[in-house]
Parts: sequence; structure tokens; C-alpha cells
Amino acid sequence: MRTMPVFRRQKTEALQPVKTKDANYSSQWRLIYLRFKKHKLARISLFILAFLYLIALLAQFIAPYGLQSYDSKYVNAPPMGFHFVDAAGKFHIKPFVYELQSTRDPETMRKIFVSNTEKRYSLQFFVKGEPYKFLGFIPTSTHLLGVEQPGRIFLLGTDGMGRDLFSRIILGSQISLSIPLVGVAISFVLGLIIGGISGYFGGWLDSIIQRIIEIIRSFPTLPLWMALSAAIPPRIPVVTMYLYIVIIFAFIGWTDLARVVRGKFIALKNEDYVIAAKIAGVGNTKIIVKHLLPGFISYLVVATTLAIPAMILGETAMSFLGLGIRSPATSWGVLLQEAQKIENVALYPWKLIPLGIVILTVLTYNFLGDGLRDAADPYKK
Amino acid sequence: MTKPILDVMNMNKDFQVKSKTALFRKPAPVRVLNDISFELIEGETLSIVGESGCGKTTLGRCIVRGMNASSGNVIYHTEDGQKIEFLKLKGKKSKQYRKDIQMIFQDPYSSLSPRMSVFDIISEPLIANFNLKKSEIEEKVTEIAEKTGLNVSYLRRYPHAFSGGQRQRIAIARALITQPRLIVCDEAVSALDVSIQAQIINLLKDLQEQYQITYIFISHDLSIVQNISDRVAVMHLGRIVELASTDSLFSQPKHPYTEALMSAVPQPDPEMKKDRIILEGEVPNPANPPSGCHFHPRCAYRMDKCVQQVPELREVGYNHFTACHFAEELHLRGVQNDAANTN
Repeated sequence: MRTMPVFRRQKTEALQPVKTKDANYSSQWRLIYLRFKKHKLARISLFILAFLYLIALLAQFIAPYGLQSYDSKYVNAPPMGFHFVDAAGKFHIKPFVYELQSTRDPETMRKIFVSNTEKRYSLQFFVKGEPYKFLGFIPTSTHLLGVEQPGRIFLLGTDGMGRDLFSRIILGSQISLSIPLVGVAISFVLGLIIGGISGYFGGWLDSIIQRIIEIIRSFPTLPLWMALSAAIPPRIPVVTMYLYIVIIFAFIGWTDLARVVRGKFIALKNEDYVIAAKIAGVGNTKIIVKHLLPGFISYLVVATTLAIPAMILGETAMSFLGLGIRSPATSWGVLLQEAQKIENVALYPWKLIPLGIVILTVLTYNFLGDGLRDAADPYKK
Repeated sequence: MTKPILDVMNMNKDFQVKSKTALFRKPAPVRVLNDISFELIEGETLSIVGESGCGKTTLGRCIVRGMNASSGNVIYHTEDGQKIEFLKLKGKKSKQYRKDIQMIFQDPYSSLSPRMSVFDIISEPLIANFNLKKSEIEEKVTEIAEKTGLNVSYLRRYPHAFSGGQRQRIAIARALITQPRLIVCDEAVSALDVSIQAQIINLLKDLQEQYQITYIFISHDLSIVQNISDRVAVMHLGRIVELASTDSLFSQPKHPYTEALMSAVPQPDPEMKKDRIILEGEVPNPANPPSGCHFHPRCAYRMDKCVQQVPELREVGYNHFTACHFAEELHLRGVQNDAANTN
């Protein structure tokens, strides 16, 4: 009898939650994380995306110039490099840029820019520039980098109105990276609810929902957008208008997610462990929350991740067609639209840099989704 | 002593199949369970045998309400002698009595949620049915885990850390935690290795002795059935064709289908002459069953009457029911050696 209490204590100890890295004790999410960690490309993509979103968050601070700023002296200026060694061969500890001087090409009479090696403007951090609101509410005028007045810095060149492309890409990312998230969030909620109803209740309700989805999916989307953007009054602010368009976008886009959710619901509803829970007297709500949702939420995350690049591309496509955001507000689509003339490709190739950024973003999202998909079902044999 | 615990009365189950050819016409439903009736006595083990697709699993699931029967009734005799229509239980009453009838599934891999720890799996029915304190739940789960031979220190692990036999023990623990009076074991050992099978069968037997549990044991493995059951029901194409005590059924089967099944029981003696009855033809399509006795196309003893008339399940010996027109005339062979019976 004396040994009993000892035995009891051992038992309760064994039941304490364990903190161990042993895979035998790992929950679903930990297993997913472990698998995801093995997918190198997806991990790198996650870091790149985090970096892009960080830049978008701090855009006004990082961009040397604001949205409204332009300089007719520097139209179509090429990207400037910064230097450490000047024309005389002297080393400077502070990097600097040369002044740009516009001249005419003596043969073609085309306006070109040459660096005036006489005049140096050294690069400065935390310079005072145009006033803006940091993170949207702290008024300040400090920018991450700039050059001494009256110098100008165009890291990626300027556009046809003399606006700094680097600033505009960064400022444009705020819209291009955030609005698709709104769209995806709306389709996520719609898809989850409607797909869930369709899959869980089945029967005639399922049939009706599925037919509606088929009708929506067979809509020709491009004319629809054009009609809708024409219907939205032009006097409202561009960003608001664009938000409207994305919401419309989402009301069409939820169908994919709804199908995924419905399929998973049906598959999981008839799993033995769900029936076992039913037999054990577990209620409907609890079965949905504890058995069905955890079973497919990982797939939903994947489907959502893969839906974001489609939204980003949709945004660029619409702005490219002139249906979305218009200058001086900016997004990557607007920048691409401005770059679509053939002369740009031939003479001002730096204007195509936003294209590279779009490709980078879409690719990283796709790689991330790929990695998540591989990790989503850690129990798959 | 022979107190009934469950009466299954005229249970039918139809499946609506989707037609591939007709777009608007509804095809006739497939009758998977056809007028199933039997009585279950407390503490006994009733085995249900039959070939694949005969409706064994459907019957088990309809009884525990994992599936809804199309028609019919299940009367549950509660401990205090009430008779309750089990299939029509709702709300509070459902909560009170459903936990009395539990189920163990065939596949221990799909019957345990991979997303819950073993402790959560076993405690789930407990939390759903009782209002217990955390310490009480832990105590009960540990107790049942010890009873079913699970290592208590592994309870925080997830099912993927366990082998098939251990998983089935978890499933048994889950079925037992609400202290049910009846457990439907749906092929509970078929997915396991033979050595593990024996362990699990012994565990089930021990638990039966301890808690007076009644089992409905669904299986296609006749040697196990012979070993553990008190009575056996033979199913063929959604009907019970024979129902008798194990001894009676194995030694003197009265239905040709049972005879054919018996001849397939593997004999441990390699010297013995094997005289297997190979059934001709395929299992008839349940969507389009043959006329008369459903077994007649494959029956070696068929007569004209078999083609025309459906045989009723009738008593042909003491507590020996069969659905064959010629049960009295035929002299069918049972299992030849009784070696398995003696232990």
C-alpha cells in the first residue's frame, strides 16, 4: 500500500502536456511546420514576401519622393548608380551621386542625360523631405535616404513626367500587395460558408449552390469588369474605386474555394473517425469545429495562398487596361501601363522594372503555396 | 439471466444510386438490408458473418445510428427495464442512451483522428456525454488506458506514433470509456496481424467478463467467430439466412450458403482432405436480385420452388433459424473437426 501514492504521482505526471520535439508528440500544425521547413524554395519565398510587405508597410519612409512629386527637368532620366570613387580617383567614405545634366545627342538630336562629374551630392540617411504620415498616422518628413539639396537621386530612373520610378514602385506596392489580400479574404469567407453549407447539408441545397457556381464561373470576366468599372462613378477616390472593383473580383473568385471546401467536407463527413464521434454523441457543431475544420483548413490556406497571385495579376491586368487605379495614384499595374509604349522598351528599358517586381511577387507566392501544399497533409502516405 | 438488451425489428436500408444513363428518371433504390430482425441477449456475443457486400457493416452502422436505416425499429432495453426506440431518440434522451451502444471500427488507421492526441480521442465521448472535472476525466482515461493495455505515458502522443494493434486498443478504449452495454465490433480485428488479432480478441473477451458487455461481432473470419461467439447470424445479400447458436451452426448448418462458408474455414491439420465447396458464379447484384431465394443461382441443391418462392426465416431446430425451403431434407456438412471448439 505504501507504494501507491508514488505510483499515482507518476501517472499524473505522465498526463502533463509535454514540451518535446519528438515527432510522436507533434500536433498537426507542428508536423506541417516541420514539413514546410524542409521546402527550401518556399522558405526563401516566405522571407522575400515578408521583406516586400515590410517595404510596403514603410513605403513613404523608404521612398525618397512622394506621389505628387515630379521634376520636368528630369524626364526619362536613366537609373543612377552611386559611387565611392570620383572622377579624379579620390575615394570617399560616403557614397555619392553625380549631378545629371541633360544635353542633346549631336547626331540624333535626342535628349540624353550625362553625369556631371564636377558636381557630387553625397548620399544621406534620414533626410528631411516631403511631409507624410508615417504608418498612416505619425506626421513626419524624414525619409530613409536622399541626397544633399539641390541634388536628385533616381535609383531606378524616372518616367515620362520626371517622377522617380523607385519611389513609385515602392508606393505602388502598398496597393498592389494589400488590395489582393482584401479580395482573397472576402472570397475566403464566402467560399468557406457557402462551400461548407453545400458540402455539409448536401441534397437539393448542394445542387442549387453548385449550379449557381457553374453559372458564375462561366461568366466572361473581362467584359464584366469593364462594365462594372464603367458603372462605378468616376468622382470617388481612385483607391476606393479600386477596392470596389476588387470586391466584385472576389464575388466571382470565391467559387474555387467553395468547391475545395465542399469537396473536403464531403470527404471528411464520411471518415470513420467522424462517424465514431457521432456515435459517441458529439454534437454537430463540435464535429464541424473539432474534426471537419482542422481536416481541411490547411488545404484552405494553400488554396488561398495560390489565389493571391491571381488577384495580383488581376490588379495589374485591370490597371493595365485602364480600369483600375489611375495616375497620380500608383500601383504596379499603373506603372506597367505607363511603360507599354514600344519606345520605352527600346529607349527607356528601366521603365519595365515593375514587371520584374510583379513576376518576383507572383513567383514567390506560387512557391510559397507549393511548399504549403506539400506540407498541408502531413498524414498522407 | 437471459435478459434481452436489443431487439432489431424489420430493419431495411435502401441506397439511392445515381443513374449514369437516365438524366431525370430516378432509378430504383438498392435494398442493402432486407427485413432484418433479431434479438440480442445481455452479455452474449452475436457474430454476423457473410461475404463482402452482404450488408454486415451497414447493419452494424444502422444499429449504432452511424447511418440512418430506411425503415424498421431497434428496441433498446435499458438497465432499469425500460424499452426505448433507439433509432428515434432525440435531444436529451439521445444523450442519455446513445452512449450505451458504441462501436469499434475495422480500420484503426481511419477511425482515429490524426489531428487529436490519444488522450483527446479517448476522452472525447466522455466530454460529450458527461460533465466532468478535468481531474476526473484524466483519472478515467488513465484507468481505461491501463485496462486496454495502453502505456499511460504515451497518452499525449498522436495516433501516427502507434502501430495497428495499439491503435485498435485506443479505439477500444474510446468505445469503452462511456461504459457502454453493447459494442458493435465491425471487423474489429480484420486489419490486424494474426498474433495481434489474438491479443485483441482476448482483450475483448476479458472486458466482456469484467463489464458484462454484449457484443455484436461483425466478421468474415469464421475461425475467430467460432472461437468467440455464442450465436452466429449468417447474412447473404442483405438478409439473414441462418441464425443459430455457434455449436449448432458450425456442426449442423441448415442453409446451403452456410455450408459453403463452413467449407472455407481453414483447417489446422494439413493431412486432412480438403473438400471445399466452390460456389459457382458471382455474388448476385443487389440492385437486381434473383427471384425467389436469393441464393438459388449459386445453390447446388436448388429446386423449382427456390426460383419461385422467397423462403422465410423459420425455426428448424431449437433456437436454430434458417431461411431455406429444404432445411429439413438436406443433410449439410458442418466444420469437420471440432478441435477449435474444444478450447
